[in-house]
Amino acid sequence: MTLRSLSSLLLLSLALAGCGDHSMSQQNRYSTFSKAGLFRDGTEAQPLPQGTVAQGDPERSRQITTPPAVDMALLSRGRERYDIYCSPCHGFSGHGDGMIVQRGFPAPPSYHSARLRSADAQHFFDVITHGYGAMYSYAARVEPRDRWAIIAYIRALQQSQHADVADVPELRSKLP
Amino acid sequence: MQLFRPGANTIATVMIAAIGAAPVLAVGLSYEVMLSPYVTNQNISRNQPVPFSHEHHVSGLGLDCRYCHASVEKARFAGIPPTETCMTCHSQIWTNALMLAPVRESLSKNQPIAWERVHRLPDYVYFDHSVHVAKGVGCTTCHGDVGRMRLMRQAAPLTMQWCLDCHRSPERFLRPREAVFDPNWQAPKNQAEIGPKLAAGYHINTGHLTDCTICHR
Ligand code: HEC
Ligand code: HEC
Ligand code: HEC
Ligand code: HEC
Ligand code: HEC
Ligand code: HEC
Repeated sequence: MTLRSLSSLLLLSLALAGCGDHSMSQQNRYSTFSKAGLFRDGTEAQPLPQGTVAQGDPERSRQITTPPAVDMALLSRGRERYDIYCSPCHGFSGHGDGMIVQRGFPAPPSYHSARLRSADAQHFFDVITHGYGAMYSYAARVEPRDRWAIIAYIRALQQSQHADVADVPELRSKLP
Repeated sequence: MQLFRPGANTIATVMIAAIGAAPVLAVGLSYEVMLSPYVTNQNISRNQPVPFSHEHHVSGLGLDCRYCHASVEKARFAGIPPTETCMTCHSQIWTNALMLAPVRESLSKNQPIAWERVHRLPDYVYFDHSVHVAKGVGCTTCHGDVGRMRLMRQAAPLTMQWCLDCHRSPERFLRPREAVFDPNWQAPKNQAEIGPKLAAGYHINTGHLTDCTICHR
């Protein structure tokens, strides 16, 4: 065999060897959500150890204790979050007749009942944070600020079902 | 004496043409293989520990993607829901279904469900969900008709060409903010008109979007 054909054979085998090498595309590290034999539960996504208390995040603690001022932006944020996380069970208008309830989930109480209309905002905050009876906690998915936004929107829903014609002056002239 | 038979000329021409065409065909074939679903994993469903149906939960029950993929607006990763998220409903409904046994077992053993990944970019590619979602690129633009999928599959090839095709002119795909999570969104007839307006509204500057360092950091 000539030198030239030998070297081209060498090049070809090098190129083929390159195909089997995944060291760049699967680097030797854990990526998010990957299997991880190092941990007992076998996943890279480790939960916080039980009893972990957030330290040095005064902003978050402040958001938990101080409800933000209610404005239109907060209400529309609240509506968006409510529709994602609460409406499947509580229904879009808060009567407790959401899609999951129609499929057999125990019905939650209506937000328009006298008891929940007079319940204070802190009660709602605690229910979202810790859950309540058959309802699980939503703390992992709903940030403190968003919890207040949802509560503001629930207040608006409650208002909407108990409004008087006198509350909407422009409406009077439009009614038959 | 005649060494060559009369047909030899034709054979010779065919051979010469074949020698010329072979490298072209070979390159074409390897491109075809490279972009084929066999290599890109496009449209392949994986066997999951639980046959979780997006069709059922998204189209049937009307759940928003963020109910389960809660970090998609805030982080690189959309996030796979922990067992507890399934249990917010399945603690009360379908509690005896055999299909859901792995979910209950995962909860009682405190061992996460081992979902098989469907999408996987090579580790040398940087991708971020939050920026796409914030700039009006909807889930179904990249993930296909999720609301009709019994089992999740990868709808797009996820090749570099596919990323670049959009990065060169994203306005064809942009949606208004409130439609990003809508699994049924279709581009309206006047997308060519409103797309550039949306792009301007989101402050998208395509000038740097094809730089190598955007995706290879
Ligand atoms: C999976 C269904 C489901 C979802 C989603 C859900 N809830 Fe509930 N919720 C319930 C059920 C069921 C009850 C009644 C629990 C009981 O009495 O055992 C309830 C009760 C409540 C109560 C009343 C507590 C009381 O004093 O009676 C409030 C307030 C509440 N939920 C708020 C929320 C908010 C806010 C969200 C969204 C962040 C939400 N829920 C999401 C099912 C749900
Ligand atoms: C009820 C919870 C739930 C909802 C709602 C939901 N998903 Fe999922 N999703 C899952 C689970 C569980 C998996 C992992 C199992 C699988 O791949 O099917 C998953 C996987 C995925 C994957 C593939 C992940 C991978 O392995 O690469 C994509 C993409 C996805 N979901 C997109 C969506 C979109 C888009 C929506 C909204 C239209 C949505 N999901 C709504 C629970 C949910
Ligand atoms: C918001 C409530 C809710 C959540 C969260 C939820 N499911 Fe479901 N799921 C349902 C309902 C309701 C049904 C029954 C559907 C029906 O009655 O049509 C169901 C049905 C199912 C079924 C059997 C029916 C089928 O063919 O799909 C499986 C399997 C299932 N769910 C898996 C899961 C897994 C895994 C998760 C967590 C990633 C999950 N679900 C999260 C409400 C939920
Ligand atoms: C611009 C295209 C694009 C858009 C828009 C997009 N995704 Fe993805 N998604 C991807 C790619 C690419 C991956 C694979 C990422 C990887 O391997 O690192 C992925 C992975 C996922 C995964 C697997 C887990 C993870 O985070 O890697 C889920 C779940 C998911 N996407 C859900 C969603 C949802 C829900 C939306 C809409 C809110 C969405 N995606 C929007 C391209 C997109
Ligand atoms: C359907 C359109 C679309 C697709 C497909 C798409 N992108 Fe994007 N991408 C965008 C838009 C729009 C932006 C926002 C640009 C801006 O902020 O100006 C963006 C931004 C990004 C950024 C952040 C840029 C920055 O300024 O830091 C990264 C990283 C990125 N994309 C990676 C990817 C990768 C990797 C893929 C393929 C797996 C991909 N994208 C596919 C539309 C797309
Ligand atoms: C919008 C995102 C994006 C940009 C910009 C980008 N790439 Fe890529 N690149 C990718 C993705 C995604 C892959 C993985 C493709 C696959 O797995 O098939 C990739 C793969 C590659 C590979 C490996 C190809 C292979 O077949 O193994 C090289 C080399 C590369 N890119 C070089 C570049 C260079 C050079 C540039 C700048 C001119 C660039 N890339 C810009 C997204 C990008």
